[in-house]
Amino acid sequence: MQRIDALRVMYADINDDIVVTIMGAVAAELYSLGHRKNFFYLQHAMGLASSMGLGLALSKPNKRVIVLDGDGSLLMNLGTLSTVAWHAPKNLIHIVFDNQSLLSVGGFPTATSAGSDLAGIAQKSGYVHAITVHSSEDFTGAWRAARERHELSMIVAKVDATGPKSFLMDLPLLENRFQFQRWLKED
Amino acid sequence: MENSRIIYNGLKRSGVKIVSALPETWLVHLINMAEADPDTTLVRLTREEEAIGISAGAHLAGVRSALLMQNHGFLAAINPIVSLAFLYKIPLLMLISYRGHMGERDPWQTQGGRFTEPVLKALDIPYAHLTDPKDVERQITEGQTLAESSLTPVALLLSRQLMWEA
Repeated sequence: MQRIDALRVMYADINDDIVVTIMGAVAAELYSLGHRKNFFYLQHAMGLASSMGLGLALSKPNKRVIVLDGDGSLLMNLGTLSTVAWHAPKNLIHIVFDNQSLLSVGGFPTATSAGSDLAGIAQKSGYVHAITVHSSEDFTGAWRAARERHELSMIVAKVDATGPKSFLMDLPLLENRFQFQRWLKED
Repeated sequence: MENSRIIYNGLKRSGVKIVSALPETWLVHLINMAEADPDTTLVRLTREEEAIGISAGAHLAGVRSALLMQNHGFLAAINPIVSLAFLYKIPLLMLISYRGHMGERDPWQTQGGRFTEPVLKALDIPYAHLTDPKDVERQITEGQTLAESSLTPVALLLSRQLMWEA
């Protein structure tokens, strides 16, 4: 499965959701589908997208929060799984694109290439709903189920270690930040 | 416990709704107060770094938050302070117990005390010492005001004099 295929599945559904994505290929590919004011691209602070998602989910309980994470990022902050699961916000869907590598910094393998199971770690941390999918069809099914469930859910999507040629986005960090904050305020 | 109550009242007066914390002996009463308060969400962390992300999300969503941490926890959170709070202009209200300074008996706490203020200065983070209970509530509301107007982290150092209570 290509990451962009999963993003395309989600894109039509997340018009009105709070979306936080990690840096690198995930941010660039989501941006390439068309930027929206409700997208925040966390271009540094690796590992903290899910912590931001928790802060957003607790602060906006009536909005759905989508965190787009990666294997390398999540491995840098595994404690987040215990913290998020403790609160288990019903409005949080945690997507992890697992390409088993640190693609944007040389493609070095991560521990998921050697068997670390992020959905399994999430389950044992207290995520009741955590699933690993390998195909676009399975992703689509898991995504629809997560949206209908209205409980904390994680989908680990095993994706190819490929990405866009460039990670450049025509969106200054602070423009994104203030636009996103204003959207949250006016929404 | 009296002084912790004064600090907690300062947080309430500042409009804080989310408190993230890692326990430490000086912070026990404050954490218990946050937990007992139905109007406050207490987020128990595994590491202080998470708190920077949680407060960033809360701020962008219009909710005020505060961080309770030991100075060693502050030292553990330097990267996200730089690469999230500074990068994206996120205000933080950090209440930091100032261990390892004058009067410290625990040898294992002593090194963090040497570097807390030099690191705050190196990062150009405005900070104040909380020592006298009669000033504390005002100092907290002032810290919150500055954090939000300047969109930067602010540190309030909780002193032994204030916190070492039975």
